[in-house]
Amino acid sequence: MADFETPEIKEFIGIPALQEGSMAHSSPFIAYTDHQEALGYPGELVENWQQVALDKMDDLRSRYRSFQVFLDSCVKCGACTDKCHYFLGTSDPKNMPVARQDLLRKVYRRYFTFAGKYFPKLVGAEDLTEAVLDDWYSYFHQCSQCRRCSVFCPYGIDTAEISMAAREIMDAVGKGQKYCNEIIGKVFTVGNNLGLPGKALANVLEGLEEDVEDDTGVAVKFPLDVKGADILLVTPSADFFAEPHIDGLIGYAKVFHETGASWTLSTTASEAGNFGMFIGSYENMRRVSMRIRDAAKELGVKRIIFGECGHAWRIAYSFLNTLVGPFDFLDQSYPIPQHILEYTWGELEKGTLRINKEENDHMTLTFHDSCNVARGSRMGDYPGGQFDYPRNVIKAVCNNYVDMDPKTTKEATFCCGGGGGLLTDDLMEIRVKGVLPRATALKSVVENEGVTHMAAICAICKSQFTKTLPYYGFTMDQIVSVHQLVSEALVMKGSEQEAELDGTDGDDTEE
Amino acid sequence: MAAIEFEGKSYEVDEEGYLVDLTQWVPGLAQIMANDEDAVLTDAHWEVLNFLREYYEEYQIAPAVRVLTKAIGKKLGKDKGNSKYLYELFPYGPGKQACKYAGLPKPTGCV
Repeated sequence: MADFETPEIKEFIGIPALQEGSMAHSSPFIAYTDHQEALGYPGELVENWQQVALDKMDDLRSRYRSFQVFLDSCVKCGACTDKCHYFLGTSDPKNMPVARQDLLRKVYRRYFTFAGKYFPKLVGAEDLTEAVLDDWYSYFHQCSQCRRCSVFCPYGIDTAEISMAAREIMDAVGKGQKYCNEIIGKVFTVGNNLGLPGKALANVLEGLEEDVEDDTGVAVKFPLDVKGADILLVTPSADFFAEPHIDGLIGYAKVFHETGASWTLSTTASEAGNFGMFIGSYENMRRVSMRIRDAAKELGVKRIIFGECGHAWRIAYSFLNTLVGPFDFLDQSYPIPQHILEYTWGELEKGTLRINKEENDHMTLTFHDSCNVARGSRMGDYPGGQFDYPRNVIKAVCNNYVDMDPKTTKEATFCCGGGGGLLTDDLMEIRVKGVLPRATALKSVVENEGVTHMAAICAICKSQFTKTLPYYGFTMDQIVSVHQLVSEALVMKGSEQEAELDGTDGDDTEE
Repeated sequence: MAAIEFEGKSYEVDEEGYLVDLTQWVPGLAQIMANDEDAVLTDAHWEVLNFLREYYEEYQIAPAVRVLTKAIGKKLGKDKGNSKYLYELFPYGPGKQACKYAGLPKPTGCV
């Protein structure tokens, strides 16, 4: 399957020697006619696609002032050139953020600026040809919209917004990406990215109730569609399906149980993720978000809490109120919406949770900041809270914690390599190459600090790492959910773990 | 789109070899698909594939990894009820590779 070379992992993250066009062949599968049409786009490339693309570009620059400013303001200073994980992993100069932006910018200049209209060669303006469209399709699907480059740009140019606009333009001409568009369609028809029907979801949750009771002796509930519950939990559907995601879900449920919370999941809003953002489509992003509002109203909840999902939290924190607000029907004394880590950290601070950190002593943890949480949102009520909350929770439940190189964490975090709609098998090469900077930083703390596991708070990060880190000699089970660590250390009232700790279980346990 | 020929019938598959019309699936297709990946399906593989079929017929989706490992563990013993065993059988991932052979839709999303 893998007919590419895995880059060599070195001691430090270095700037590679350029290999022009080395990733020009990378392109995701094109969306089928029905995937396109379900989202309101033409089923295949329209005949007058050049005109449609330019009209769309014009429409976008009038709708988003930022887009116009980003296209105009680059001075080619070069600060961004070595900041993209895909450039560092592929050596392809078109994966330098400035070069990626220029794929769109050169067309913008040709058709929308005076200099570009009359002296195109002088200002790097180019006609919109089929070759340019192919380049767009290839290289705008080698950007995970992680926004690391924008942190280092003196003008604050956000490549993610340019990449989103490019994808919106490509959708408008009928050249969409199968992975994202098929998935958004599933959200509309089934309720989640996975295509998990309500009956299957109920079956998974029942199974988890059995498992947790077997493990702990406590009947922890995983409620579904409970009208009148206080809290609606919206979490990525991967939490119902994949490993280690599902261990995180068990953690949320145990925390809710132990704090006596009244909570529920919803079959119609059984997905926190919103790929509408990845394809730059305000309309689809809004339609996906509306399910959450509708479910909250229908169930009559007072609060909405989001599970461990990176881009969902960016949307929830930064855009949800604009997209589908106002949320005046929710209890205004809680954050709207709230992150599960804010909830859990709040309870840990109050002291409502009994923790036995020794349960996690077989591990030394590090933490991967997810791009959309780190650079597109916040937790708590102060800047940087999104960096502290996950670390606070991990340190509250684990004795051994080490941070990775600060050049690769917090606002400078590297993307996992699978974000922004690239987490698909047809893009495995770019995913494996894109994880290189994170793998390098991880290897360093593994070798020098004895780190054994890396925790994450995003379904995409968790899946991407479990699939791609093995290319660099790590194992799948070295990736854990933050709430999995909480789950392991939490000593629930009336549990077997409590009895064992307090010596009231009647067994003669030696340890 | 590509197609698989089997016993004089043509079966349409997508870019990754997944059956397009899932109602067409017949057991013989599994080995034909496995041939492409140099895999020989044994009884051990078929224990998994049969469970996938049963689960799919009831729930219209592949089972979660945890549901699958639990079911296999119950049937074949605890030592086999883990993802390590499943990855030995299906090195490209039990969720995706086994689903393909069993004629189930590919799990999509953040998995």
